[in-house]
Amino acid sequence: MTITDVLCPFCGALCDDVVVEVENNKIVEVKEACEMGVSKMMGHERITTPMIRESGELKETTYEDAVDKTAEILVNSIRPLIYGWSSTTCEAHKKGIELAEEMGAVIDNTASVCHGPSILAIQNVGLPSCTLGQIKNRADLIIYWGSNQAEAHPRHMSRYTSFPRGFFSEEGRKGKKVVVVDVRKTTTVEVADEFIQVAPGEDYPVLSALRAILAGEEDIVPSCVGGVSKERLIELVEKMKDARFGVIFFGLGLTHTRGRHNNVVNAISLVRELNAHTKFVIMPMRGHYNVTGFNQVCTWETGFPFAVDFSRGQPWYNPGETSAVDILNRKECDSALIVASDPAAHFPRKSVEHLAKIPLIQIDPYPNPTMELADVVIPSAIAGVEVEGTAYRMDKVPIRLRKVIEPNHLSDEEILGRILDKVRERRGE
Amino acid sequence: MKKIDVKLITGRLVEQGIHLENKMSDEYLKAAAVCELNERDVAELGIRDEGNVRVKSRFGEVVVMAKVNNENPAGIAFIPMGPWANRVIDPDTGGCGMPHYKGMDAEVGLSYESIPTIKELMEDVK
Ligand code: SF4
Repeated sequence: MTITDVLCPFCGALCDDVVVEVENNKIVEVKEACEMGVSKMMGHERITTPMIRESGELKETTYEDAVDKTAEILVNSIRPLIYGWSSTTCEAHKKGIELAEEMGAVIDNTASVCHGPSILAIQNVGLPSCTLGQIKNRADLIIYWGSNQAEAHPRHMSRYTSFPRGFFSEEGRKGKKVVVVDVRKTTTVEVADEFIQVAPGEDYPVLSALRAILAGEEDIVPSCVGGVSKERLIELVEKMKDARFGVIFFGLGLTHTRGRHNNVVNAISLVRELNAHTKFVIMPMRGHYNVTGFNQVCTWETGFPFAVDFSRGQPWYNPGETSAVDILNRKECDSALIVASDPAAHFPRKSVEHLAKIPLIQIDPYPNPTMELADVVIPSAIAGVEVEGTAYRMDKVPIRLRKVIEPNHLSDEEILGRILDKVRERRGE
Repeated sequence: MKKIDVKLITGRLVEQGIHLENKMSDEYLKAAAVCELNERDVAELGIRDEGNVRVKSRFGEVVVMAKVNNENPAGIAFIPMGPWANRVIDPDTGGCGMPHYKGMDAEVGLSYESIPTIKELMEDVK
């Protein structure tokens, strides 16, 4: 059976043109997606059954016992941390937030170690942005700043930016200029027209210099800023002003370096000021396919996009205090529930050390480093392959994930619902 | 043994992305337990074809395989994001929730030790 218009549940580009061949409830071929998408949809090693750790070893058990053990751990802890969410559906997010509220827990999302600083910056200065559809049809200057999209979002350029022909960009690639700003000559540079190499950690002064030149104050700009000559900076500003419709896509090169959210504030401010001359927009290159979705759901449910602490009985938001890495570094949480993510692989060693010490529950389709530390492991069905639901593309457009094969496991939403029921039962509600 | 000082950055690679949800595999280790360096730096370390390096920062150390990537300027070391990179990154979030994943000072030196597996890395934090 051929299924068309399938969404790829991997990266924030959320391609919706994938073609999947299914035979006997097995995916036998995936077309149109990039290597990462194909690899995800074709499938890897899975966690087959729920497990509970007994005297150091994970022992197979039933969903019922694993859910009961999870509820026991959560009910007995004073400050549980609930974390993850970027690779599952918005429906599961909603259940997770309900559970966090019920428990008076802290709920956080992988955004806090990814584009969290971008969100802080957007809360400061707003975001002049648009959809990827508008960019496809209108943009003639595309700047990737600190974002190696060729490696992180391989089809971003071919679907939305440099290559497609649109209503007002009939010429396709020929009519568009692509500029890459980065500290390394990444693979994205190979398909760009221009590469501007910035010294590591110097994005902030480079952005400030561009703003000064744009404001007509080029006299105060030194001859070289962050490894870039003044002439190149002036040229870039001219290019930006001459564009009909320009866009900056920025990645972790801005949020992971010194300056973090301040870099993003500076980049957004530059784009705001460019709008006095021409149409210019800016967009974060969100990583996982539904990290944006969690921030949307969490905002409409709690008023805040991530790092929400319910311990006061109402939502409290203070990244740096209520974000997962900080809570772990302070050794504050006394249990953790991880859904659809792998903090043992992606958090700093110090945070992982505390994660290893506390009761840890993992809900995920795949074995991973977090499982090596987990006390309860609950396998889930793969959202977007075995479960349908909603996900938000990086430009905040919600799209429906499709189910292409029947699952052998429960969905994240169902597992969380069962945990919530058990928690209520144990508390006598 | 010969050592060089570098600025360390971490980030994504397609290969690491392909195996992102298959982390317990050998392929993931091959893709993520690497340190990309300019050939000048690799030569300075005395590595001919293949060799392991010990990357050390104020926050920890880890052994990974050295790999030449001349698009990396000399003095910059790149490790794909993942459990090996995270042994050496700065956990301080500067009050915003985000540890320091890019731009740490680190030291890279030739190593004859083997690369730790994920199981070994996780045993070590327990
Ligand atoms: S670019 Fe992203 S969403 Fe598109 S196919 Fe590749 S991994 Fe999937």
